[in-house]
Amino acid sequence: MKWTLLAIVAVLAVALSVVLGPAAVPLGELLRSDIVWNLRAPRALLAFLVGGSLGVAGAGLQALVRNPLADPFLLGLSGGAGLGAVIAIALHLSGPWALPIAAFIGALAALGLVYRLGLIGGASLDPRILLLGGVAIGAFAAAITTAIVSLADAAELRNAFLWLWGGLSGASWDSVLLVALYAPIPLVVLLAASRPLDLLALGEESAQYLGADVERVKRRVYLAASLLTAVAVAVSGVIGFVGLVVPHMARLTWGHRHRSLLPAAFLGGGALLAFADTLARTVVAPRELPVGVVTALIGVPVFAFLLKRWTIA
Amino acid sequence: MTEPLLRLDGVRYRYPGATSDALQGVSLAIAPREFHAVLGPNGSGKTTLVRVALGSLTPLVGRADIDRRPASMWSRQDLAKLVGVVPQREDNLFPQRVRETVLLGRYPHLSLWGRERAEDHDAVDRALRACDAAHLADRWLWTLSGGEYQRVRVARALAQEPKLLVLDEPGMSLDLKHEMGLFELVLGLVREQGLGVLMITHDLNLAARFADSLLLLEAGRPVAAGAPNDVLTQQTVETVFSWPVAMQTVDGRPQMIPLRQPKESRA
Repeated sequence: MKWTLLAIVAVLAVALSVVLGPAAVPLGELLRSDIVWNLRAPRALLAFLVGGSLGVAGAGLQALVRNPLADPFLLGLSGGAGLGAVIAIALHLSGPWALPIAAFIGALAALGLVYRLGLIGGASLDPRILLLGGVAIGAFAAAITTAIVSLADAAELRNAFLWLWGGLSGASWDSVLLVALYAPIPLVVLLAASRPLDLLALGEESAQYLGADVERVKRRVYLAASLLTAVAVAVSGVIGFVGLVVPHMARLTWGHRHRSLLPAAFLGGGALLAFADTLARTVVAPRELPVGVVTALIGVPVFAFLLKRWTIA
Repeated sequence: MTEPLLRLDGVRYRYPGATSDALQGVSLAIAPREFHAVLGPNGSGKTTLVRVALGSLTPLVGRADIDRRPASMWSRQDLAKLVGVVPQREDNLFPQRVRETVLLGRYPHLSLWGRERAEDHDAVDRALRACDAAHLADRWLWTLSGGEYQRVRVARALAQEPKLLVLDEPGMSLDLKHEMGLFELVLGLVREQGLGVLMITHDLNLAARFADSLLLLEAGRPVAAGAPNDVLTQQTVETVFSWPVAMQTVDGRPQMIPLRQPKESRA
Protein backbone atom coordinates (compact mmCIF):
# COMPACT_ATOMS: atom_id res chain seq x y z
CA MET A 1 0.00 0.00 0.00
CA LYS A 2 2.62 2.52 1.05
CA TRP A 3 4.82 1.35 -1.83
CA THR A 4 1.98 1.94 -4.28
CA LEU A 5 1.44 5.40 -2.86
CA LEU A 6 5.10 6.26 -3.08
CA ALA A 7 5.29 4.97 -6.66
CA ILE A 8 2.25 7.09 -7.58
CA VAL A 9 3.82 10.17 -5.96
CA ALA A 10 7.05 9.54 -7.87
CA VAL A 11 5.29 9.13 -11.22
CA LEU A 12 3.14 12.20 -10.55
CA ALA A 13 6.19 14.29 -9.63
CA VAL A 14 7.93 13.38 -12.89
CA ALA A 15 4.74 13.82 -14.93
CA LEU A 16 4.07 17.22 -13.36
CA SER A 17 7.61 18.23 -14.18
CA VAL A 18 7.02 17.32 -17.85
CA VAL A 19 3.65 19.05 -18.07
CA LEU A 20 4.45 22.29 -16.24
CA GLY A 21 6.89 24.94 -17.36
CA PRO A 22 7.23 28.57 -18.35
CA ALA A 23 6.23 27.84 -21.95
CA ALA A 24 2.59 26.83 -22.22
CA VAL A 25 2.35 23.57 -24.11
CA PRO A 26 -1.23 22.44 -24.73
CA LEU A 27 -1.86 18.99 -23.32
CA GLY A 28 -2.84 17.65 -26.74
CA GLU A 29 0.52 18.61 -28.22
CA LEU A 30 2.55 17.34 -25.31
CA LEU A 31 3.95 14.33 -27.13
CA ARG A 32 4.90 16.29 -30.24
CA SER A 33 6.48 19.26 -28.53
CA ASP A 34 10.23 19.80 -28.88
CA ILE A 35 10.28 21.63 -25.56
CA VAL A 36 8.86 18.59 -23.85
CA TRP A 37 11.04 16.03 -25.62
CA ASN A 38 14.35 17.85 -25.63
CA LEU A 39 14.14 19.96 -22.47
CA ARG A 40 11.50 18.93 -19.97
CA ALA A 41 11.56 15.13 -20.26
CA PRO A 42 15.32 14.67 -19.87
CA ARG A 43 15.33 17.28 -17.13
CA ALA A 44 12.55 15.56 -15.19
CA LEU A 45 14.24 12.19 -15.51
CA LEU A 46 17.64 13.59 -14.53
CA ALA A 47 16.08 15.27 -11.49
CA PHE A 48 14.52 11.96 -10.53
CA LEU A 49 17.75 9.97 -10.93
CA VAL A 50 19.89 12.54 -9.11
CA GLY A 51 17.38 12.96 -6.28
CA GLY A 52 17.09 9.21 -5.88
CA SER A 53 20.86 8.76 -5.86
CA LEU A 54 21.28 11.48 -3.24
CA GLY A 55 18.57 9.92 -1.08
CA VAL A 56 20.25 6.51 -1.14
CA ALA A 57 23.76 7.94 -0.66
CA GLY A 58 22.54 9.94 2.34
CA ALA A 59 20.82 6.95 3.95
CA GLY A 60 23.95 4.84 3.52
CA LEU A 61 26.33 7.48 4.84
CA GLN A 62 24.15 8.22 7.87
CA ALA A 63 24.41 4.57 8.90
CA LEU A 64 28.12 4.45 8.08
CA VAL A 65 29.29 7.48 10.05
CA ARG A 66 26.69 6.70 12.71
CA ASN A 67 25.40 10.22 12.57
CA PRO A 68 21.79 10.91 11.68
CA LEU A 69 22.74 14.43 10.58
CA ALA A 70 25.19 13.29 7.91
CA ASP A 71 24.60 14.53 4.37
CA PRO A 72 26.26 13.16 1.23
CA PHE A 73 28.03 16.51 0.73
CA LEU A 74 29.31 16.69 4.29
CA LEU A 75 32.22 14.44 3.42
CA GLY A 76 34.07 17.04 1.37
CA LEU A 77 32.69 16.21 -2.06
CA SER A 78 30.98 19.54 -2.61
CA GLY A 79 34.22 21.40 -1.86
CA GLY A 80 36.20 19.22 -4.24
CA ALA A 81 33.60 19.48 -6.99
CA GLY A 82 33.41 23.26 -6.62
CA LEU A 83 37.17 23.59 -6.85
CA GLY A 84 37.22 21.41 -9.97
CA ALA A 85 34.53 23.48 -11.61
CA VAL A 86 36.18 26.81 -10.81
CA ILE A 87 39.55 25.61 -12.08
CA ALA A 88 37.90 24.51 -15.33
CA ILE A 89 36.41 27.98 -15.75
CA ALA A 90 39.61 29.78 -14.80
CA LEU A 91 41.47 27.72 -17.41
CA HIS A 92 38.79 28.58 -20.00
CA LEU A 93 38.05 24.95 -20.73
CA SER A 94 35.07 24.86 -23.02
CA GLY A 95 32.54 22.35 -24.21
CA PRO A 96 29.33 21.13 -22.63
CA TRP A 97 31.12 18.48 -20.58
CA ALA A 98 34.08 20.55 -19.31
CA LEU A 99 32.33 21.63 -16.11
CA PRO A 100 30.79 18.27 -15.17
CA ILE A 101 34.02 16.40 -15.83
CA ALA A 102 36.11 18.90 -13.87
CA ALA A 103 33.62 18.78 -10.97
CA PHE A 104 33.61 14.99 -11.06
CA ILE A 105 37.42 14.89 -10.95
CA GLY A 106 37.42 17.40 -8.08
CA ALA A 107 34.89 15.30 -6.17
CA LEU A 108 36.94 12.15 -6.77
CA ALA A 109 40.10 13.89 -5.54
CA ALA A 110 38.32 14.96 -2.34
CA LEU A 111 36.88 11.45 -1.97
CA GLY A 112 40.37 9.94 -2.27
CA LEU A 113 41.89 12.36 0.23
CA VAL A 114 39.12 11.88 2.78
CA TYR A 115 39.29 8.11 2.35
CA ARG A 116 43.05 8.20 2.91
CA LEU A 117 42.54 10.33 6.02
CA GLY A 118 39.93 7.87 7.25
CA LEU A 119 42.58 5.15 7.17
CA ILE A 120 45.10 7.25 9.09
CA GLY A 121 44.75 5.25 12.30
CA GLY A 122 45.75 1.98 10.60
CA ALA A 123 44.00 -0.58 8.47
CA SER A 124 40.59 0.17 9.91
CA LEU A 125 38.44 2.88 8.32
CA ASP A 126 37.38 5.24 11.08
CA PRO A 127 33.99 6.86 10.37
CA ARG A 128 34.62 9.68 12.85
CA ILE A 129 37.77 10.65 11.01
CA LEU A 130 35.91 10.38 7.70
CA LEU A 131 33.47 12.96 9.03
CA LEU A 132 36.14 15.30 10.40
CA GLY A 133 38.37 14.80 7.36
CA GLY A 134 35.43 15.50 5.06
CA VAL A 135 34.67 18.78 6.75
CA ALA A 136 38.36 19.76 6.75
CA ILE A 137 39.01 18.84 3.10
CA GLY A 138 35.79 20.57 2.11
CA ALA A 139 36.83 23.77 3.90
CA PHE A 140 40.31 23.61 2.39
CA ALA A 141 38.95 23.19 -1.13
CA ALA A 142 36.48 26.03 -0.53
CA ALA A 143 39.36 28.27 0.56
CA ILE A 144 41.31 27.57 -2.64
CA THR A 145 38.14 28.09 -4.66
CA THR A 146 37.60 31.49 -3.07
CA ALA A 147 41.24 32.42 -3.66
CA ILE A 148 40.92 31.59 -7.37
CA VAL A 149 37.65 33.49 -7.65
CA SER A 150 39.08 36.57 -5.92
CA LEU A 151 42.11 36.62 -8.22
CA ALA A 152 40.19 35.97 -11.42
CA ASP A 153 38.06 38.60 -13.09
CA ALA A 154 36.00 36.37 -15.30
CA ALA A 155 32.33 37.11 -15.15
CA GLU A 156 31.65 33.45 -15.82
CA LEU A 157 32.72 32.71 -12.29
CA ARG A 158 29.29 33.87 -11.23
CA ASN A 159 27.93 31.06 -13.34
CA ALA A 160 30.21 28.63 -11.55
CA PHE A 161 28.77 29.72 -8.23
CA LEU A 162 25.23 29.50 -9.46
CA TRP A 163 25.95 26.12 -10.93
CA LEU A 164 27.37 25.01 -7.60
CA TRP A 165 24.11 25.89 -5.89
CA GLY A 166 22.56 23.18 -7.92
CA GLY A 167 20.69 23.30 -11.14
CA LEU A 168 19.35 20.92 -13.67
CA SER A 169 19.31 23.33 -16.60
CA GLY A 170 22.20 21.44 -18.19
CA ALA A 171 20.08 18.31 -18.48
CA SER A 172 20.13 16.48 -21.79
CA TRP A 173 19.41 12.97 -22.94
CA ASP A 174 23.18 12.42 -22.83
CA SER A 175 23.39 13.26 -19.13
CA VAL A 176 20.30 11.15 -18.39
CA LEU A 177 21.91 8.23 -20.19
CA LEU A 178 25.18 8.76 -18.37
CA VAL A 179 23.57 8.71 -14.93
CA ALA A 180 21.24 5.87 -15.88
CA LEU A 181 24.23 3.74 -16.84
CA TYR A 182 26.54 4.79 -14.02
CA ALA A 183 24.30 5.00 -10.96
CA PRO A 184 22.98 1.41 -10.91
CA ILE A 185 26.44 0.05 -10.03
CA PRO A 186 26.91 1.91 -6.72
CA LEU A 187 23.15 1.59 -6.05
CA VAL A 188 23.36 -2.20 -6.24
CA VAL A 189 26.49 -2.21 -4.07
CA LEU A 190 24.62 -0.20 -1.42
CA LEU A 191 21.52 -2.37 -1.67
CA ALA A 192 23.66 -5.47 -1.22
CA ALA A 193 25.02 -3.91 1.98
CA SER A 194 21.50 -3.42 3.42
CA ARG A 195 21.68 -6.03 6.14
CA PRO A 196 25.23 -5.27 7.31
CA LEU A 197 24.17 -1.60 7.43
CA ASP A 198 21.34 -2.58 9.79
CA LEU A 199 23.93 -4.23 12.01
CA LEU A 200 26.31 -1.27 11.80
CA ALA A 201 23.68 0.90 13.47
CA LEU A 202 24.43 -1.08 16.66
CA GLY A 203 28.11 -0.15 16.56
CA GLU A 204 31.05 -1.84 14.91
CA GLU A 205 31.78 -4.31 17.68
CA SER A 206 28.22 -5.62 17.86
CA ALA A 207 27.97 -5.73 14.07
CA GLN A 208 31.09 -7.84 13.88
CA TYR A 209 29.85 -10.30 16.49
CA LEU A 210 26.57 -10.62 14.63
CA GLY A 211 28.48 -11.76 11.57
CA ALA A 212 29.16 -8.61 9.50
CA ASP A 213 32.53 -8.14 7.83
CA VAL A 214 32.66 -4.60 9.17
CA GLU A 215 35.79 -3.33 7.40
CA ARG A 216 34.60 -4.46 4.00
CA VAL A 217 31.13 -3.03 4.54
CA LYS A 218 32.48 0.36 5.63
CA ARG A 219 34.74 0.66 2.60
CA ARG A 220 32.09 -0.42 0.15
CA VAL A 221 29.44 1.85 1.57
CA TYR A 222 31.73 4.87 1.71
CA LEU A 223 33.03 4.40 -1.83
CA ALA A 224 29.64 3.57 -3.35
CA ALA A 225 27.82 6.45 -1.64
CA SER A 226 30.58 8.89 -2.55
CA LEU A 227 30.74 7.76 -6.19
CA LEU A 228 26.96 8.25 -6.41
CA THR A 229 27.28 11.72 -4.92
CA ALA A 230 30.16 12.55 -7.26
CA VAL A 231 28.11 11.88 -10.38
CA ALA A 232 25.18 13.78 -8.91
CA VAL A 233 27.34 16.84 -8.27
CA ALA A 234 28.88 16.54 -11.73
CA VAL A 235 25.58 16.72 -13.60
CA SER A 236 23.62 18.98 -11.27
CA GLY A 237 25.85 20.78 -8.77
CA VAL A 238 25.43 20.70 -5.02
CA ILE A 239 21.79 20.03 -4.25
CA GLY A 240 21.54 20.07 -0.50
CA PHE A 241 19.03 18.58 1.92
CA VAL A 242 17.71 15.83 -0.37
CA GLY A 243 20.32 13.41 0.97
CA LEU A 244 19.73 14.59 4.51
CA VAL A 245 15.97 14.87 4.81
CA VAL A 246 14.71 12.14 2.49
CA PRO A 247 16.28 9.23 4.43
CA HIS A 248 14.67 10.51 7.62
CA MET A 249 11.29 10.93 6.01
CA ALA A 250 11.62 7.40 4.61
CA ARG A 251 12.55 6.08 8.07
CA LEU A 252 9.36 7.53 9.55
CA THR A 253 7.30 5.28 7.30
CA TRP A 254 9.54 2.37 6.37
CA GLY A 255 11.54 1.98 9.58
CA HIS A 256 15.28 1.81 9.71
CA ARG A 257 15.81 -1.47 7.86
CA HIS A 258 17.86 -0.66 4.82
CA ARG A 259 16.33 -3.35 2.64
CA SER A 260 13.19 -1.27 2.35
CA LEU A 261 14.65 2.07 3.43
CA LEU A 262 17.08 2.37 0.50
CA PRO A 263 14.49 1.76 -2.26
CA ALA A 264 12.08 4.10 -0.46
CA ALA A 265 14.79 6.77 -0.20
CA PHE A 266 15.45 6.39 -3.93
CA LEU A 267 11.82 6.87 -4.95
CA GLY A 268 11.27 9.60 -2.36
CA GLY A 269 14.45 11.48 -3.26
CA GLY A 270 13.62 11.27 -6.95
CA ALA A 271 10.09 12.53 -6.38
CA LEU A 272 11.24 15.37 -4.13
CA LEU A 273 13.87 16.64 -6.53
CA ALA A 274 11.59 16.37 -9.58
CA PHE A 275 8.98 18.36 -7.67
CA ALA A 276 11.51 20.91 -6.37
CA ASP A 277 12.85 21.43 -9.89
CA THR A 278 9.35 22.05 -11.20
CA LEU A 279 8.96 24.76 -8.57
CA ALA A 280 12.40 26.18 -9.36
CA ARG A 281 11.45 26.55 -13.04
CA THR A 282 7.93 27.89 -12.60
CA VAL A 283 7.55 30.11 -9.54
CA VAL A 284 9.66 33.00 -10.85
CA ALA A 285 9.30 32.19 -14.59
CA PRO A 286 10.73 33.13 -16.99
CA ARG A 287 13.67 33.31 -14.60
CA GLU A 288 14.77 30.29 -12.61
CA LEU A 289 15.82 29.63 -9.02
CA PRO A 290 18.73 27.30 -8.28
CA VAL A 291 17.04 24.06 -7.33
CA GLY A 292 19.31 23.84 -4.26
CA VAL A 293 17.53 26.95 -2.98
CA VAL A 294 14.17 25.25 -3.32
CA THR A 295 15.29 22.00 -1.66
CA ALA A 296 16.74 24.03 1.20
CA LEU A 297 13.53 26.06 1.54
CA ILE A 298 11.52 22.82 1.72
CA GLY A 299 14.17 20.84 3.56
CA VAL A 300 15.07 23.14 6.43
CA PRO A 301 11.58 23.33 7.99
CA VAL A 302 11.18 19.56 7.62
CA PHE A 303 14.60 19.13 9.13
CA ALA A 304 13.76 21.36 12.08
CA PHE A 305 10.66 19.26 12.68
CA LEU A 306 12.75 16.09 12.56
CA LEU A 307 15.31 17.50 14.98
CA LYS A 308 12.55 18.22 17.45
CA ARG A 309 11.25 14.70 17.11
CA TRP A 310 14.77 13.34 17.52
CA THR A 311 15.39 15.10 20.79
CA ILE A 312 12.09 13.80 22.17
CA ALA A 313 12.84 10.20 21.18
CA MET B 1 35.02 -35.55 27.81
CA THR B 2 33.36 -33.33 25.26
CA GLU B 3 35.48 -31.52 22.71
CA PRO B 4 35.90 -27.89 23.85
CA LEU B 5 34.19 -25.18 21.79
CA LEU B 6 36.80 -22.66 22.77
CA ARG B 7 40.38 -23.36 23.73
CA LEU B 8 43.05 -20.86 24.67
CA ASP B 9 46.46 -22.41 25.10
CA GLY B 10 49.36 -20.47 26.61
CA VAL B 11 48.19 -17.20 25.03
CA ARG B 12 50.43 -14.17 25.11
CA TYR B 13 49.33 -10.87 23.64
CA ARG B 14 50.80 -7.40 23.65
CA TYR B 15 49.14 -4.38 22.04
CA PRO B 16 51.27 -2.68 19.38
CA GLY B 17 53.43 -0.01 21.04
CA ALA B 18 52.71 -1.25 24.58
CA THR B 19 55.62 -1.96 26.92
CA SER B 20 54.11 -4.90 28.75
CA ASP B 21 51.99 -7.90 27.86
CA ALA B 22 48.23 -7.56 28.09
CA LEU B 23 47.96 -11.33 28.44
CA GLN B 24 50.59 -13.89 29.31
CA GLY B 25 50.34 -17.64 29.68
CA VAL B 26 46.56 -17.71 29.66
CA SER B 27 44.82 -21.01 29.03
CA LEU B 28 41.12 -21.79 29.05
CA ALA B 29 38.91 -24.51 27.61
CA ILE B 30 35.14 -24.28 27.44
CA ALA B 31 33.01 -27.28 26.45
CA PRO B 32 29.24 -27.40 25.95
CA ARG B 33 27.26 -27.30 29.23
CA GLU B 34 30.05 -25.43 30.99
CA PHE B 35 29.73 -22.00 32.58
CA HIS B 36 33.08 -20.23 32.87
CA ALA B 37 33.62 -16.84 34.42
CA VAL B 38 36.71 -14.68 33.99
CA LEU B 39 37.42 -12.36 36.91
CA GLY B 40 39.99 -9.73 37.71
CA PRO B 41 40.53 -6.10 38.65
CA ASN B 42 40.22 -3.31 36.10
CA GLY B 43 42.91 -3.57 33.47
CA SER B 44 43.73 -7.20 34.24
CA GLY B 45 43.16 -8.26 30.62
CA LYS B 46 39.59 -9.57 30.73
CA THR B 47 38.45 -7.71 27.64
CA THR B 48 41.67 -8.52 25.78
CA LEU B 49 41.01 -12.17 26.55
CA VAL B 50 37.59 -11.92 24.89
CA ARG B 51 39.08 -10.21 21.84
CA VAL B 52 41.72 -12.92 21.47
CA ALA B 53 39.18 -15.68 22.07
CA LEU B 54 36.89 -14.27 19.36
CA GLY B 55 39.64 -13.77 16.81
CA SER B 56 39.63 -9.95 16.81
CA LEU B 57 43.24 -10.13 18.04
CA THR B 58 45.76 -12.82 17.14
CA PRO B 59 47.93 -14.15 19.98
CA LEU B 60 51.68 -13.54 19.62
CA VAL B 61 52.40 -16.84 21.34
CA GLY B 62 50.07 -19.75 21.96
CA ARG B 63 46.79 -20.62 20.32
CA ALA B 64 43.22 -19.42 20.42
CA ASP B 65 40.97 -21.98 18.75
CA ILE B 66 37.25 -22.11 18.24
CA ASP B 67 36.01 -25.55 17.30
CA ARG B 68 39.63 -26.60 16.65
CA ARG B 69 40.29 -23.82 14.15
CA PRO B 70 42.28 -20.66 14.97
CA ALA B 71 39.73 -18.02 15.97
CA SER B 72 41.20 -15.37 13.67
CA MET B 73 40.80 -17.68 10.64
CA TRP B 74 37.02 -17.81 10.89
CA SER B 75 34.91 -15.63 8.65
CA ARG B 76 32.76 -13.34 10.78
CA GLN B 77 29.60 -14.85 9.38
CA ASP B 78 30.57 -18.47 10.11
CA LEU B 79 31.80 -17.54 13.57
CA ALA B 80 28.51 -15.80 14.35
CA LYS B 81 26.66 -19.08 13.74
CA LEU B 82 28.74 -20.70 16.47
CA VAL B 83 29.35 -17.90 18.99
CA GLY B 84 26.84 -15.34 20.22
CA VAL B 85 28.22 -12.29 22.00
CA VAL B 86 26.59 -9.78 24.32
CA PRO B 87 29.10 -6.91 24.32
CA GLN B 88 29.48 -4.60 27.26
CA ARG B 89 27.69 -1.71 25.65
CA GLU B 90 26.18 -0.61 22.41
CA ASP B 91 23.96 2.20 21.34
CA ASN B 92 21.22 2.08 18.82
CA LEU B 93 21.54 4.79 16.21
CA PHE B 94 17.93 4.59 15.16
CA PRO B 95 14.83 3.75 17.21
CA GLN B 96 14.03 0.07 16.94
CA ARG B 97 11.54 -2.43 18.26
CA VAL B 98 12.50 -5.49 20.29
CA ARG B 99 11.53 -8.03 17.63
CA GLU B 100 13.53 -6.14 14.98
CA THR B 101 16.68 -6.07 17.05
CA VAL B 102 16.41 -9.79 17.92
CA LEU B 103 15.85 -10.55 14.24
CA LEU B 104 19.29 -9.01 13.57
CA GLY B 105 20.65 -12.12 15.30
CA ARG B 106 19.53 -14.12 12.26
CA TYR B 107 21.94 -12.23 9.99
CA PRO B 108 24.61 -14.97 9.83
CA HIS B 109 21.98 -17.48 8.65
CA LEU B 110 20.59 -15.34 5.82
CA SER B 111 21.71 -15.21 2.21
CA LEU B 112 22.63 -11.91 0.56
CA TRP B 113 19.33 -11.18 -1.17
CA GLY B 114 17.02 -13.66 0.58
CA ARG B 115 14.23 -12.64 2.90
CA GLU B 116 13.82 -13.92 6.43
CA ARG B 117 12.19 -17.35 6.34
CA ALA B 118 9.63 -18.85 8.72
CA GLU B 119 12.42 -20.67 10.54
CA ASP B 120 14.12 -17.33 11.23
CA HIS B 121 11.00 -15.93 12.85
CA ASP B 122 10.62 -19.17 14.80
CA ALA B 123 14.18 -18.82 16.09
CA VAL B 124 13.39 -15.25 17.18
CA ASP B 125 10.26 -16.41 19.02
CA ARG B 126 12.18 -19.21 20.74
CA ALA B 127 14.94 -16.83 21.78
CA LEU B 128 12.47 -14.30 23.16
CA ARG B 129 10.65 -16.99 25.12
CA ALA B 130 13.89 -18.45 26.49
CA CYS B 131 14.77 -15.00 27.82
CA ASP B 132 11.30 -14.38 29.22
CA ALA B 133 10.97 -11.46 26.84
CA ALA B 134 8.18 -12.62 24.51
CA HIS B 135 5.81 -10.04 25.99
CA LEU B 136 8.28 -7.28 25.10
CA ALA B 137 8.41 -8.15 21.38
CA ASP B 138 6.53 -5.10 20.12
CA ARG B 139 8.00 -2.55 22.55
CA TRP B 140 10.46 0.13 21.44
CA LEU B 141 13.94 -0.51 22.78
CA TRP B 142 14.16 2.86 24.45
CA THR B 143 11.10 2.12 26.60
CA LEU B 144 12.77 -0.91 28.22
CA SER B 145 14.33 -0.96 31.69
CA GLY B 146 18.01 -1.86 31.99
CA GLY B 147 17.19 -5.43 32.98
CA GLU B 148 14.70 -5.94 30.14
CA TYR B 149 17.19 -4.51 27.67
CA GLN B 150 19.90 -6.97 28.76
CA ARG B 151 17.47 -9.87 28.37
CA VAL B 152 16.65 -8.69 24.87
CA ARG B 153 20.35 -8.52 24.00
CA VAL B 154 20.82 -12.08 25.28
CA ALA B 155 17.80 -13.08 23.16
CA ARG B 156 19.46 -11.55 20.09
CA ALA B 157 22.59 -13.62 20.73
CA LEU B 158 20.41 -16.73 21.19
CA ALA B 159 18.66 -16.05 17.89
CA GLN B 160 22.04 -16.73 16.28
CA GLU B 161 21.56 -20.29 17.56
CA PRO B 162 25.12 -20.42 18.86
CA LYS B 163 26.85 -23.17 20.78
CA LEU B 164 28.89 -20.72 22.82
CA LEU B 165 27.61 -17.57 24.49
CA VAL B 166 30.03 -14.80 25.50
CA LEU B 167 28.86 -12.07 27.87
CA ASP B 168 30.97 -9.06 28.82
CA GLU B 169 29.91 -7.56 32.17
CA PRO B 170 26.23 -8.29 31.62
CA GLY B 171 25.21 -7.37 35.17
CA MET B 172 26.64 -3.85 35.14
CA SER B 173 24.19 -1.22 36.33
CA LEU B 174 21.44 -3.75 37.02
CA ASP B 175 19.63 -3.85 40.34
CA LEU B 176 19.62 -6.96 42.53
CA LYS B 177 16.51 -8.57 41.08
CA HIS B 178 17.51 -8.07 37.47
CA GLU B 179 21.10 -9.07 38.03
CA MET B 180 20.11 -12.30 39.78
CA GLY B 181 17.48 -12.90 37.11
CA LEU B 182 20.08 -12.54 34.39
CA PHE B 183 22.48 -14.99 36.02
CA GLU B 184 19.66 -17.49 36.54
CA LEU B 185 18.74 -17.09 32.88
CA VAL B 186 22.29 -17.75 31.71
CA LEU B 187 22.66 -20.76 34.00
CA GLY B 188 19.35 -22.11 32.68
CA LEU B 189 20.64 -21.84 29.11
CA VAL B 190 23.73 -23.82 30.12
CA ARG B 191 21.77 -26.54 31.89
CA GLU B 192 18.77 -26.81 29.58
CA GLN B 193 20.09 -25.90 26.14
CA GLY B 194 23.62 -27.16 26.64
CA LEU B 195 25.35 -23.89 25.75
CA GLY B 196 28.92 -23.20 26.76
CA VAL B 197 29.23 -19.81 28.46
CA LEU B 198 32.14 -17.43 28.86
CA MET B 199 31.25 -14.53 31.12
CA ILE B 200 33.43 -11.58 31.99
CA THR B 201 32.39 -10.08 35.28
CA HIS B 202 33.46 -7.93 38.20
CA ASP B 203 31.12 -9.68 40.55
CA LEU B 204 33.14 -12.35 42.39
CA ASN B 205 30.21 -13.52 44.48
CA LEU B 206 27.76 -14.05 41.66
CA ALA B 207 30.44 -15.71 39.54
CA ALA B 208 31.22 -18.07 42.42
CA ARG B 209 27.53 -18.87 42.91
CA PHE B 210 26.72 -19.62 39.27
CA ALA B 211 29.84 -20.59 37.32
CA ASP B 212 31.34 -24.06 37.13
CA SER B 213 34.83 -22.72 36.73
CA LEU B 214 36.58 -19.44 37.38
CA LEU B 215 39.67 -17.87 35.85
CA LEU B 216 41.19 -15.09 37.92
CA LEU B 217 43.47 -12.66 36.08
CA GLU B 218 45.89 -10.12 37.46
CA ALA B 219 47.89 -7.88 35.14
CA GLY B 220 47.30 -10.27 32.26
CA ARG B 221 48.48 -13.36 34.11
CA PRO B 222 46.33 -16.18 35.42
CA VAL B 223 46.48 -16.19 39.23
CA ALA B 224 44.14 -19.08 39.81
CA ALA B 225 41.78 -21.21 37.75
CA GLY B 226 39.35 -24.00 38.46
CA ALA B 227 36.41 -24.65 40.76
CA PRO B 228 35.16 -21.62 42.72
CA ASN B 229 36.21 -23.12 46.06
CA ASP B 230 39.79 -23.48 44.85
CA VAL B 231 40.04 -20.05 43.23
CA LEU B 232 38.33 -17.73 45.67
CA THR B 233 40.37 -18.19 48.81
CA GLN B 234 40.79 -15.34 51.23
CA GLN B 235 44.48 -15.03 50.49
CA THR B 236 44.09 -14.97 46.71
CA VAL B 237 41.30 -12.41 46.76
CA GLU B 238 43.15 -10.12 49.18
CA THR B 239 46.33 -10.29 47.11
CA VAL B 240 44.71 -9.71 43.73
CA PHE B 241 42.29 -6.97 44.78
CA SER B 242 44.54 -5.38 47.44
CA TRP B 243 41.75 -5.24 49.99
CA PRO B 244 41.03 -7.26 53.15
CA VAL B 245 38.06 -9.61 52.93
CA ALA B 246 36.30 -12.27 54.96
CA MET B 247 35.06 -15.45 53.32
CA GLN B 248 31.82 -17.34 53.93
CA THR B 249 30.14 -20.27 52.26
CA VAL B 250 26.62 -20.09 50.80
CA ASP B 251 25.11 -23.09 48.97
CA GLY B 252 28.55 -24.66 49.09
CA ARG B 253 30.11 -21.77 47.15
CA PRO B 254 32.61 -19.24 48.50
CA GLN B 255 31.33 -15.70 49.05
CA MET B 256 33.55 -12.78 49.93
CA ILE B 257 32.70 -9.85 52.13
CA PRO B 258 34.94 -6.79 51.85
CA LEU B 259 36.06 -5.53 55.26
CA ARG B 260 36.20 -1.92 56.42
CA GLN B 261 39.68 -0.52 56.49
CA PRO B 262 39.90 2.64 58.61
CA LYS B 263 42.07 5.40 57.17
CA GLU B 264 44.86 5.28 59.78
CA SER B 265 45.54 1.57 59.35
CA ARG B 266 45.81 1.87 55.54
CA ALA B 267 49.03 3.84 55.65
